Amino acid sequence: MKEFIEGSAAIARIIKMCKPGVISAYPITPQTHIGENLAQFIADGEMNCEFVNSESEHSSASIILGVSAVGVRTYNSTSSQGLLLMAEVLYSIAGMRLPLVITCANRAVSSPINIWNDQQDSVTLRDSGWIQLYAETNQEACDLHIQAYRLAEDHNVYLPVMVCIDGYILTHAVEVIDLPEQEQVDSLLPPLQPLHVLDPEAPVSMGVLYDPSVYTETRYAINESMREALDMIPKISSEFKEMFGRESGGLLQEYKTEDADKVIVAMGSVVSTVKDVVDEMRDEGEKVGAVKVITHRPLPAEALYNALKHIPEVAVLDKSISLGAAGPLCMDIRHVFQGKEAVPKISGFIAGLGGRSITKDSIRGIFDRLSGEQVDNHFVDLQVEQMVNAE
Amino acid sequence: MATKHLFASGHTACAGCGQAIAARLVVDAAGPNVIIANSTGCLEVFSNIYPRTAWEVPWIHSLFENPASVASGVEAGLRYLGKLDKIRVIAQGGDGSSADIGFQAISGMFERGHDILYVCYDNGAYMNTGIQRSSQTPFDANTTTTPPGSKSFGKTTPHKDLVRIFAAHDIPYSATASVAYPTDVQRKVKKALDIRGPKFLQIYVPCPLGWHHDPGLTYNIAQLVVETGLFPIVEYENGELASVRTIKEPKPVEEYLKLQGRFRHLFGTPEGEAEVKKIQAIADANIRRLGLVKEQPKKEAAAAEPAAEETAEKETPAEKETPAEKPAEEEKVSELKKFTLEELAKFDGKEGRPAYVAYKGKVYDVSESAIWDEGDHLGMHEAGKDLTAELEDAPHEEDNIFEMPLVGELEG
Repeated sequence: MKEFIEGSAAIARIIKMCKPGVISAYPITPQTHIGENLAQFIADGEMNCEFVNSESEHSSASIILGVSAVGVRTYNSTSSQGLLLMAEVLYSIAGMRLPLVITCANRAVSSPINIWNDQQDSVTLRDSGWIQLYAETNQEACDLHIQAYRLAEDHNVYLPVMVCIDGYILTHAVEVIDLPEQEQVDSLLPPLQPLHVLDPEAPVSMGVLYDPSVYTETRYAINESMREALDMIPKISSEFKEMFGRESGGLLQEYKTEDADKVIVAMGSVVSTVKDVVDEMRDEGEKVGAVKVITHRPLPAEALYNALKHIPEVAVLDKSISLGAAGPLCMDIRHVFQGKEAVPKISGFIAGLGGRSITKDSIRGIFDRLSGEQVDNHFVDLQVEQMVNAE
Repeated sequence: MATKHLFASGHTACAGCGQAIAARLVVDAAGPNVIIANSTGCLEVFSNIYPRTAWEVPWIHSLFENPASVASGVEAGLRYLGKLDKIRVIAQGGDGSSADIGFQAISGMFERGHDILYVCYDNGAYMNTGIQRSSQTPFDANTTTTPPGSKSFGKTTPHKDLVRIFAAHDIPYSATASVAYPTDVQRKVKKALDIRGPKFLQIYVPCPLGWHHDPGLTYNIAQLVVETGLFPIVEYENGELASVRTIKEPKPVEEYLKLQGRFRHLFGTPEGEAEVKKIQAIADANIRRLGLVKEQPKKEAAAAEPAAEETAEKETPAEKETPAEKPAEEEKVSELKKFTLEELAKFDGKEGRPAYVAYKGKVYDVSESAIWDEGDHLGMHEAGKDLTAELEDAPHEEDNIFEMPLVGELEG
């Protein structure tokens, strides 16, 4: 049923339909509305669920780790510093193979403190063993959460999933969203069948010490499960389409790339702006396109290769930067083409940091820049006078 | 004790490890229907290494500072599953995890009211990483990060009073125990697990490796720390002191200190002896504050020395020890020192001197009171004086004075 609803409120409604048994929350802007909505559902008796207010994100992540260890579906959301405070626990969750789902409302990280959107927080955690999915719209954000539980709990995958949504741009945007019926969600998402649980009837030790003779194999196993996830993600997306009647999720989305000379690759809400500019420039006769990366981890290397191998000029737009190197997505995509025969010219652009608006003009500027020399780290809309002030 | 231990032999703890003994006591007392969340540390490392484990109950380890939070999640999950009536939850860690890095998580767990027993195995340092100082390291102890030298006697501050800090969360049960008294440890675990809600138990566990003592002396040291008054055995219920293990005749702290290499630097020099006196003062303060030494009726005192296990039975409920119980106090008074006003004036709390005050003809020691600082009570009253008249203007009743240790009578 279509509703005019805030992104965070819609995600909370979706989580309710995914039926977690325990939710833990700790406040941080801009994800707070999700937890607040869920707390109200529980207070009103609309959900059979325990709500645990933690005293930090570190504990909040540890609480859902414990919940999952007794075989109960759970949920948590965070942003920015909260995600970084969770970092240690997130690695632990992945290493313990617990099929959790959390939402990261993407926000810049301190210092300087900045509560606005970029993707530095979740991108920093890309090596943690979590599957990372990025949403372009609130409809997609809602759909990805349902698919995320199904993916995490699949016995061939059994890894935690982080659904990343741009802070404010999505969390606080009010728009029309098609919210599913409970039966639709149930049909895609059966009850959790945990693979290993803490139970006095069959005692196990979880989180034991692995010495050098076995530790490497745990990393190999996670990496192999990530490869399984590359197969499962499109399958779940297809099933979703059958049941819900719309395309959502998957590894990538290609937009008007077939005959394109220039393509911008990006993740999250900025892709909508890119698509708008592509439409405008196509009307003006320019052969431009866009590739949306939905699944950032596991890296869909083959899909990226096939989507971009025929494109002469590729721009990768990162809303984060590995300081001292380049945009992380740009590095990933260059890695995909390393040693391959068809290698596009791949330029790296950094944009939208700390909530700086990425306008249509910013996107046109990127397409224009592609005709020139390859750039590695071009900061879009950099304001030199602001740099002087900062000094 | 259970015939089949739920913490199996074959683990890799050092000989004489107090923590290994205590952990087995705890899990055996808890029984098989328990889930344990463990911190990183010695216990975690020596109890398992893939693919082996010593735990016969479900057990989980994630990180150093999060066993309280992981246990909170386990408890919430069991509550959702409707299994909390059958399965008990224990979170446990060493003193570094409990008093330092995981302290906040425990406080949060207690505030939220989870039905969990938190057990702190206190060996007073980060033993797993090589004997570094924790906030539970005792005053003057030698650790690898508080080494004694020409300008240091070791750790410069006393440890936190963990049991009192957690009791201040007004949780149903907060207690201490020593591994020297196994029956007492197990009684407290069972008692705690019979209570619904948050519980805390701090168990004193010697570490032969870190304390540099003979592994055969683990029990002796764990007993001496209690008998000197350095580690009071107490129970708080709902935030109030409910019982203390009394000491017949406190042993001098030297007897405890001299068995351990970590205090060796305190012996053989006059400066070191002065430090030992400071440690004695810590023990004396504990004894005074908690009333650890009870006057025994003559016939009982003459009876044979009971074994350690039996003294556990002799714990006195605190309500019988409150100073409000006048007859006991008056018996003591007859034996106490007489003070003139001039003598009393010397106990002004300044420059390290004790702080005494007189009230209605009796003299009380306020040195250890948190609301007296160097003989000054909130900038309004001074020690070394008769404050009987001044109390009329105070915002509290005379009971607050009766709580202070009675040390004598005012003459005239």
